[in-house]
Amino acid sequence: MTVTKSYVAKSVEQMRPSGIRKFFDLAATMEGVVSLGVGEPDFVTTWSVREAAINSLERGFTSYTANAGLIELRREISYYMTGRFHVEYSPKEEIIVTVGASQALDIAMRAITDPGDEIIVVEPCFVSYAPLVELAGGRAVTIGTTDETGFKLQPEQLEAAITTKTKAVLLCYPNNPTGTQLDREDLELIADIVRKHDLLVIADEIYAELAYDQPHTSIAALDGMRERTILINGFSKGFAMTGWRLGFTCAPKEISSAMLKIHQYAMMCASTPAQYAAIEALQHGMSDVESMKKDYRQRRNYMVQSFKEIGLDCHLPGGAFYVFPSIQSTGLTSEQFAEQLLLEEKVAVVPGSVFGEGGEGYIRCSYASSMSQLQEAVKRISRFLEKRKGRAI
Amino acid sequence: MKLNEKEVEILEILQKDARFEATDIAKMIGLSEAEVAETIRRLEEEKVIVHYATLVDWAKMDNYTGVTAMIDVKVTPKRGVGFDEVAERIYRFKEVSSVYLMSGVYDLSVTVEGKSMNEIARFVSEKLSTLDSVVSTTTHFQLKKYKHDGMIYTTKLEDNRIVVSP
Repeated sequence: MTVTKSYVAKSVEQMRPSGIRKFFDLAATMEGVVSLGVGEPDFVTTWSVREAAINSLERGFTSYTANAGLIELRREISYYMTGRFHVEYSPKEEIIVTVGASQALDIAMRAITDPGDEIIVVEPCFVSYAPLVELAGGRAVTIGTTDETGFKLQPEQLEAAITTKTKAVLLCYPNNPTGTQLDREDLELIADIVRKHDLLVIADEIYAELAYDQPHTSIAALDGMRERTILINGFSKGFAMTGWRLGFTCAPKEISSAMLKIHQYAMMCASTPAQYAAIEALQHGMSDVESMKKDYRQRRNYMVQSFKEIGLDCHLPGGAFYVFPSIQSTGLTSEQFAEQLLLEEKVAVVPGSVFGEGGEGYIRCSYASSMSQLQEAVKRISRFLEKRKGRAI
Repeated sequence: MKLNEKEVEILEILQKDARFEATDIAKMIGLSEAEVAETIRRLEEEKVIVHYATLVDWAKMDNYTGVTAMIDVKVTPKRGVGFDEVAERIYRFKEVSSVYLMSGVYDLSVTVEGKSMNEIARFVSEKLSTLDSVVSTTTHFQLKKYKHDGMIYTTKLEDNRIVVSP
């Protein structure tokens, strides 16, 4: 019998596919592409960490772990969060080990969202935020930030977006795609408003280890914020462990047990070898994190300076591994720019427009690549811009 | 000699890859090109930067017969000059590529490069062990080079990340 209807849920049918996909499909068919489109470290996970996972397999640790993750790992995460970001969480009741920060975001959204709840999403941002809010039955209310403020969320913007239905604000600093970092003063102003309106913060701090100019301040560390924050972090970026799929949440007991309910039904637990690897990463991997960070900082400086020289305006991003230069002087949209650059010079970048409001007119360039790749990319982009000079816009 | 943060950073960059140009290093660490060039010149002059060379994997060459030996040398130190005098007598030989004073059961670790095993054998028996201060030698030949100066010789790591990711 022929199928006469679509079985796909309406809510999913209406979801926009990720805009990054299109460039991936195009770039994947080409040879000799220099990619600044990669959202993950170029470093391979430190050998001692990989070796710890191998060892765990040799010893036969292949069963499920507790739903919330190995207690040894949760203890290490707890020490780490206290030592590094000055926020204390109970390993037994307030930390959940997840399948990447992505799953952490998903359980966070689902645990707090009632139908019709509004979650404020600050754009440009990681592509999954608004879809995850919607899948959880909420409504994503977006705020677009701009280059004039270095893509920092302005307190008055936040104030203006709040309604009686607002449940939470989703923040990501250091930010993907802009690299923008908020310092303590910026965060204090936002925290004031959050407290005043009795809101929750979901803080995606996956890039917290990659803050270059000053140590990262977690919003949960501010007065009265721990009780109204779901912290999301993980091993992918700072520890160069993207493929292991390992993240975690830190949240007050009540919210944690709500998230754990979803986690235990939807996921059971995160991968066991990855959890053993993560214990090693937290116990002995910090010096490797520092050394990768040093390289990233040099590359960031190189990219910002080089882009300035070839005429692409660019604020100095405080963290992550992205620069977000303006391409408005070319008269092209960010999608046109990215497509033409890929076809003509074989450099892959991601158009800012895929990251939401405020992203049009910019491109995201990842500097998680070797210096020689970055040098080559700058050379090609420079040639691309040169060809356009004097051309009628 | 006290080095500042930027000088250390320049040295670390060049130690990883000596071919970085001053103009790029300048962008990486936030100095002007002239400042970087001047700093490098000074570090060369002070012999903090000793030399620039290329790591070559000679094993790739067909019919390459060269051999490298690491020799543990026990010596009798001399009053007044300690180990320095005998170390100098050893490192002056052009066959010798490195000499280190070591803690532990022997005193000097000497690396010798030669065209053949015979050549090294001759060097050890005729030149090295006949020195007055040398008490004994133990020679180890290198069979294969896996990693040298932080670089892995055997395999090349490929970037297998997907080209565009969120």
